[in-house]
Amino acid sequence: MHAVVLDHEVDWQGFRRAARLLALRRIPPEHVVWSVRELDDLFGEPVAELPADNSSAEGAFRVPRGLVQLAQTVIQAREPARFSLLYGLIWRVVSGARHLMEQITDPEVDRANRLAKSVRRDTHKMRAFLRFRSVQDEDVVRHIGWFEPQHFIVEANADFFVRRFAGMTWLILTPYRCAHWNGQDLAFTDGARLEDVPKDDRIADYWQVYFASIFNPARLKISAMTSEMPRKYWKNLPEAALIPALIAGSAVRTQKMIEEPTVSPAKPTLRVFRPVDPVPNSPLSQARVAASQCRRCALHGPATQTVFGEGPIDAAIMLVGEQAGDHEDLDGRPFVGPAGQLLDKALAEAGLDRSQLYVTNAVKHFKFELRGKRRIHGKPDISEIDACRWWLDIERAQVAPRMTVLLGATAGRAVLGRAVAVLKERGMPLRLARGMAVQTVHPSYLLRLPENADKAREYKLFVDDLKVAASMAGPISGSSFKQER
Amino acid sequence: MELLDKLAILADAAKYDASCASSGTEKRNSLEGGIGSTEGSGICHAYAPDGRCISLLKILMTNACVYDCLYCINRRSSNVQRARFTVAEIVTLTMGFYKRNCIEGLFLSSGIIRSPDYTMEQVVEVARCLREDHGFRGYIHLKTIPDADPALLATAGRYADRLSINVELPSQEGLDAFAPEKDLPGIRRSMGRMRLAIDAAKDKGAPRFAPAGQSTQMIVGADASSDRQILSMSTNLYGNYGLRRVYYSAFSPIPDSSASLPPAAAPLLREHRLYQADWLLRFYGFTDDELATGADGNMPLEMDPKLAWALAHREWFPLDVNTALREELLRVPGMGVRSVDRILVARRHRRLRLDDLARLRLSLPKVSPFVVTADHTPRLIDATCLVAKLPQRRAQQMSLFH
Repeated sequence: MHAVVLDHEVDWQGFRRAARLLALRRIPPEHVVWSVRELDDLFGEPVAELPADNSSAEGAFRVPRGLVQLAQTVIQAREPARFSLLYGLIWRVVSGARHLMEQITDPEVDRANRLAKSVRRDTHKMRAFLRFRSVQDEDVVRHIGWFEPQHFIVEANADFFVRRFAGMTWLILTPYRCAHWNGQDLAFTDGARLEDVPKDDRIADYWQVYFASIFNPARLKISAMTSEMPRKYWKNLPEAALIPALIAGSAVRTQKMIEEPTVSPAKPTLRVFRPVDPVPNSPLSQARVAASQCRRCALHGPATQTVFGEGPIDAAIMLVGEQAGDHEDLDGRPFVGPAGQLLDKALAEAGLDRSQLYVTNAVKHFKFELRGKRRIHGKPDISEIDACRWWLDIERAQVAPRMTVLLGATAGRAVLGRAVAVLKERGMPLRLARGMAVQTVHPSYLLRLPENADKAREYKLFVDDLKVAASMAGPISGSSFKQER
Repeated sequence: MELLDKLAILADAAKYDASCASSGTEKRNSLEGGIGSTEGSGICHAYAPDGRCISLLKILMTNACVYDCLYCINRRSSNVQRARFTVAEIVTLTMGFYKRNCIEGLFLSSGIIRSPDYTMEQVVEVARCLREDHGFRGYIHLKTIPDADPALLATAGRYADRLSINVELPSQEGLDAFAPEKDLPGIRRSMGRMRLAIDAAKDKGAPRFAPAGQSTQMIVGADASSDRQILSMSTNLYGNYGLRRVYYSAFSPIPDSSASLPPAAAPLLREHRLYQADWLLRFYGFTDDELATGADGNMPLEMDPKLAWALAHREWFPLDVNTALREELLRVPGMGVRSVDRILVARRHRRLRLDDLARLRLSLPKVSPFVVTADHTPRLIDATCLVAKLPQRRAQQMSLFH
């Protein structure tokens, strides 16, 4: 029989060293007796002392990381058998059960996992329910707290309080161990008594008032409270003293609210602060305001907002895209997402300045389908294009561009009123009732090209189309345009 | 007015907001100075007898408000006593409670006074003062005001962990009837702006913006909105704006309430079902049109929504726990995400039996009618008496008054 005497309840280093030596000597768990501080169980037979640690000479073995972490938690459990349980697991792993930790329905693994869970819960409850009292000691303010942990968690948990309250001087008292922090160093001493904790200052009364006021008597759910804040913690929580009275008074308070005479609502003052839009002074800005309330098709429902066109009202060139995309829907402006960035680059290469163009979409709400957390772009159908043409026609009539660039088939359909074959008709001048048009692809087509496609060539064709449009539009007035937003 | 009295009024005024989370933000500590820490998971420092956790100091800056939202205790036409904190008072309370380990931080909201910009400025000033003047590293959740200047929103996002705007009701029609000053498109635009800023802040070197994201709340049972309307709105808000959470708040009687509201106990069970459904949407692969399929657009109150779905889709069952896919197991009543993941690990090493499921802390009465294990095949899956055999929860919520 081998005996191991650990220095204290959570002597991790001692446990680790002993377990390693025992396993290397192939001493099975049933031949080891573990105890803390003094040998408390003798079997009569002489107990073998553990030899000095020279494991490097004797060879080493590896224990899975998951088991090490589990052991560091379980060693804190208030359970005398924890050391033999843990050594038993190590023994089995060393003896070949390499995936033991995954066998979570194994009785010993399950037992260790349950102990670990209990320790973690206790650790969490200490972080939650420890209350500091603030005490003025000469020039120093000290914060002193009392907690009665179920397990031996003070040492491992003290770091949490250091990270949180590093700038304070604090002292955590528990029946088995106390932690002291002076702003620099952490020290542990033996356990203390509740009487050692001094009285608090006035903020403690404020906390009680807060607790009573945040409680809603009309939704009493006592079991929901006690499952998370079991009664055993109440005696050290100052606010818990209020609970019986709050519960007792809740029915009467609620009944009173229900029976009390009601008040008629005041006359609504409609949208008090909404900045009153300055009276729109042009048909285009009137249309912009009206379009923000548009319900001409169902697309407005799930979308954020109408994304109206923007740019100078006297622009020589108008760009018409397909529909507002994901980013545009959130931002409220056309062509600001990835396709918009590509468009800006291509425009620059074609010698065009976006700020001098009127940029809009055939469909002004984002059509999408939700798949998980992602909004997948949906293609607008003809009825939606037709419903939205109302706004596009106003934009075209007001801006009256010399050149309209049709980005993609939807734009072609909306402006030309017929199905277009984009790749066949691209780059050719088209005559409109007023002005000219050039059909090209939508920039998102370039973004979606398959990996093996000739992206550079497609991009160049797009820029070429834009150049055709630019040259046909003639000189772009840069002098007197007004920004229409 | 004494600070203590203000605290009583302005905490009472804030308690109808269900949000309490203090989790999911960046990791911070005070080892390099300041005070406070955030380590990922939130901490509930106390629980009130209403079962709600107390994690943050949840108060209004003022309960004076120019809006007249019928369901709100702080509406303009209510005769409730009014109070207003100064910035310094809120900072004192936050730091005082935090140092006593009573809270994770502050959740500050406000009635709207003077103008949205003025109100928002005051709210943001509290956060600035906590962060910059007091080195506060704890959690800050700010309620934002839809019509406020976007520049104020950007400042709010720099100091806050979480921002939120409550939609309160799932349709503009509902808002028109109950909260005439509230404008759903304006709320959506603000949420859209916040999403863009939150997403942009994830890039390296980008300015900090609300690392714990945004959330919202809907009130349940004040207007006639059905569960289906509410869940479809939630689905839309999660998808459009990447919300971390939608909170559901059972409308509870308030003092001095409006004649247009139901004078009834809070529909707590309905609220609970909505939270269950919300989890099914976010973590279990359900879609809103699979739930709330009742003729009235509501979910049954007497059973949880997953069980209701399973009883209506018995052709899915029984499922073999030793071979079924993860997404199939997630649809078994009584199985949570964690249990399913543990089953997937455990079954690599042995054919699972009923007592293995018990060791995985599953409730056998709930689960066993729907699953096959190495030693068990259910027999009642197509029997009408199956419902009666399952563990029951009382259909009616306990009445306080009868």
